[in-house]
Amino acid sequence: MSVETSKDVERFPIPNPGLEEHVERFTDVDKAAGDRAYHQIVMMLASVPVLAIAFVVVYFAVPKETYLSVFADRYNAQNLLLGLTGGLAVLLIGVAVIHWARTLMSDEEMVEDRHFAASPDADREEIAADLAWGIEQTGIARRGMIGKALAGALGVLALPALVPLADLGPWPTAELRKETIEKTIWAPGMRLVNDVTYQPLKASDLEVGQLVNAQPEKLHDLHGTAFQVEKSKSSIIIVRMDPNTIKIPESRKDWHVGGILCYSKICTHVGCPISLWEQQTHHLLCPCHQSTFDLGNSGLVVFGPAARALPQLAITTDAEGYLIAKGPFTVPVGPSYFERDSSLDFKEGDQ
Amino acid sequence: MAEPTTVSSTSPALDVKTPEQPAGINKLAGPATWVDDRLPLASMFKYKNKANFYVKKVFPDHWSFLLGEIALYSFIILLLTGIFLTIWFKPSMAEIEYEGSYQLMRGLPMSEAFASTLALSFDIRGGLLVRQIHHWAAMLFVASATIHMLRVFFTGAFRKPRELNWLIGVGMFSMSLIEGFAGYSLPDDLLSGTGLRFVDGLIRSIPLIGTWAEFFIFGGEFPGDLVIARLYMVHILLVPALLLGLVVAHLALVIYHKHTHYPGPGRTDRNVVGYPFFPIYVAKAGGFFFIVFGVSILMGATMSINPVWKFGPYNPAQVTAGSQPDWYMGWVEGAIRIMPNWEWHLAGTTWSWNVVLPGMGLMGLLFGVLGAYPFIEAWITGDKNEHHVLDRPRNVPNRTGLGVAGMTMYSMFWLAGGNDILATQFKLSLNQVTEFMRIAVFVAPVIAFLITKRICLSLQRADAERVLHGSESGVIERAPDGSYSEAHVPITNDEAFTLTQHEQYPALQAGPSLDANGVRNKGKGVSALRARASRWYFGQEITKPTAAEIEQAKHHADEDESTKALGH
Repeated sequence: MSVETSKDVERFPIPNPGLEEHVERFTDVDKAAGDRAYHQIVMMLASVPVLAIAFVVVYFAVPKETYLSVFADRYNAQNLLLGLTGGLAVLLIGVAVIHWARTLMSDEEMVEDRHFAASPDADREEIAADLAWGIEQTGIARRGMIGKALAGALGVLALPALVPLADLGPWPTAELRKETIEKTIWAPGMRLVNDVTYQPLKASDLEVGQLVNAQPEKLHDLHGTAFQVEKSKSSIIIVRMDPNTIKIPESRKDWHVGGILCYSKICTHVGCPISLWEQQTHHLLCPCHQSTFDLGNSGLVVFGPAARALPQLAITTDAEGYLIAKGPFTVPVGPSYFERDSSLDFKEGDQ
Repeated sequence: MAEPTTVSSTSPALDVKTPEQPAGINKLAGPATWVDDRLPLASMFKYKNKANFYVKKVFPDHWSFLLGEIALYSFIILLLTGIFLTIWFKPSMAEIEYEGSYQLMRGLPMSEAFASTLALSFDIRGGLLVRQIHHWAAMLFVASATIHMLRVFFTGAFRKPRELNWLIGVGMFSMSLIEGFAGYSLPDDLLSGTGLRFVDGLIRSIPLIGTWAEFFIFGGEFPGDLVIARLYMVHILLVPALLLGLVVAHLALVIYHKHTHYPGPGRTDRNVVGYPFFPIYVAKAGGFFFIVFGVSILMGATMSINPVWKFGPYNPAQVTAGSQPDWYMGWVEGAIRIMPNWEWHLAGTTWSWNVVLPGMGLMGLLFGVLGAYPFIEAWITGDKNEHHVLDRPRNVPNRTGLGVAGMTMYSMFWLAGGNDILATQFKLSLNQVTEFMRIAVFVAPVIAFLITKRICLSLQRADAERVLHGSESGVIERAPDGSYSEAHVPITNDEAFTLTQHEQYPALQAGPSLDANGVRNKGKGVSALRARASRWYFGQEITKPTAAEIEQAKHHADEDESTKALGH
């Protein structure tokens, strides 16, 4: 038991009464209750093999594509039954063993003394002496350059260890950035095609208030990684608004076709594809973080965490009346990065 | 010529020898002896006062000590189910045409990662069950670890000598977020791809090195063809190995320091009261593993989680409304959503404070504050003692208040992570919800702190009252003069001890600014700032009754009784 110090007496206005009296459980005093607990435990453990066998039967006998309707929801029968049999089997082992511990094993509390976490002073002195002896043995005190040389040698080893990581990815130098994150496949004359069907779009197909998700025609030729990378940058939205209800700045008066405007679909915040369109306000809302852009005002941010306007793509029509790009995006699309020169983005008040 | 062999009559070969029989009565004695001859287990686990682990080692019992156990068992379940999943999962972003048994997606191009996730869900028997157990166990792991940390915080279990174990815990907590994120990115479905896109934006936003970090992590531009394989390595090798090492260290320290216990009769800083490891905790803790596992399996059986086949393969041009990360990243998501759109455009560079501050900054802040807290508190209190009896949260009103304030701030950020859901469900304006949250993350914690501190102080007063005047009996007595009063009955000695067991410290006093020789006393003694912090920390506590006061109150009550008995 604990030793009470004078500090303890000061600390405890009521003296420590020692452990509370042990109260016997029902199962300790009543043999019938003890036997009942015993039977319960054995019954629980005895049902585990039954459930385990049921699990195996379900595995082989229940077809994969059978569905059960439980509480108006459809459950895959095999998943449900495997889980119920396996889960109950595992659960019952736990319940049985804890029931055993709680009802039949002794519940007399025990007391154990603690030791201080710290080593006794004598141990510390002994270790310190041993270490001092060892250091003495190395002779490093007299020949100090060995230690410095070793530390230096180990430190320099970090270089060969870390340098091979330089090939984790290509280096985003100015040239590489121009070819990657600052470039899309949009080019003069490239048709704007429907995002799903890849059908080219005619100006006359779009009604006022309509929004179409679109892609560059050339995207269709790409596959695999190249396709995903390009789609992450080149995706666009085309909206048709009444030209009289929107602001078109002087510098962008040739960028639209009769109120049909085209913007990057990639949010300037962290790059989600923006898609929630409010037809009457001309606002476009990003479903990820709710940045809101005014497509009737050059894509300026009206709300939310995004800081830059959505890049606009200048479009026109070709001889057959299909919408085509007049050129690439004038600024990099997508989220910000450190080296991005954001002075060219459209800002409030620009003309 | 060879001579016939002669056998000496004393040769030992003639002796009949029977192998020594184990002396024990136990059937296991044979194998146990065999093992102990090679590994001195008996010496390692015998009871010695100073041994760290032995068969009868005492652990205290309390429901709140099970929270960490749930985290441990979920981790084991994650390892077991994770091994099963790796047998079929293909961490490849190579594009293939789906030809599995899920009719709705046949013929669609998708990554091998997504196709193999579909195979696990539809073609491999039990695959969906294990996938769902794995995801639910991950939820349980982070949730129970979080609540376990709160328990440790509010009861002061992080104090000396357990600061190192608290730091290990903070390390595991931060790693579990990375582990969880890496895990839900692997299936390469629409939702996980959206999450990756977000992380790409987050990494890019880091000033100076963002673009380089992005290109290095993704092996080029987003999404590239490497990131899933890399996250797979992080998810199944790097982080689990680190976690496993830290789990072992965490448990070893629990064993070395012995578990803390709650205040109560017979419980002190110099002992530990509870039940022996064998047989009680072998049964209880072992049984509890099966219960946690069983519940996880039942959850996997009956509750659908992350039905990736409904989302479809990742498509950079699509996103579903209501896209959210797993719940434990919700607070970061919320911060990103409500952050004002601050961005600097300086000399051809872009500084995205709107992304890097709420993303990287907030996570760094949380883990930094958590890690530093034990040391800050020790600095304020000047307390250098070992503590093994836990604090009742009411007895440390400022810590409890700060904890609740932290929880409130976390909750506000977390709620902000669902600002769109709040707006649609409660028919509110999304913009107003966002603006409200921008203020609430700062104001709500202050209100929570003040309320919590007041509640703690009231509870302390109630405790003191109870010790001095006993428990309300519920019996209303009418005195001869017509007045009514409620009789109090004395509380038990055990309870009175429990209510007065906590230590109360004096606030630190600032030392003199000049020493005896009139030289500035820099770096020595208690600084004025520290003294002020200490005064604030301890200033308003309710002094617990002293022995004299208790004696006096008892005396007073006896007098009351005797006057009543005399009929005056």
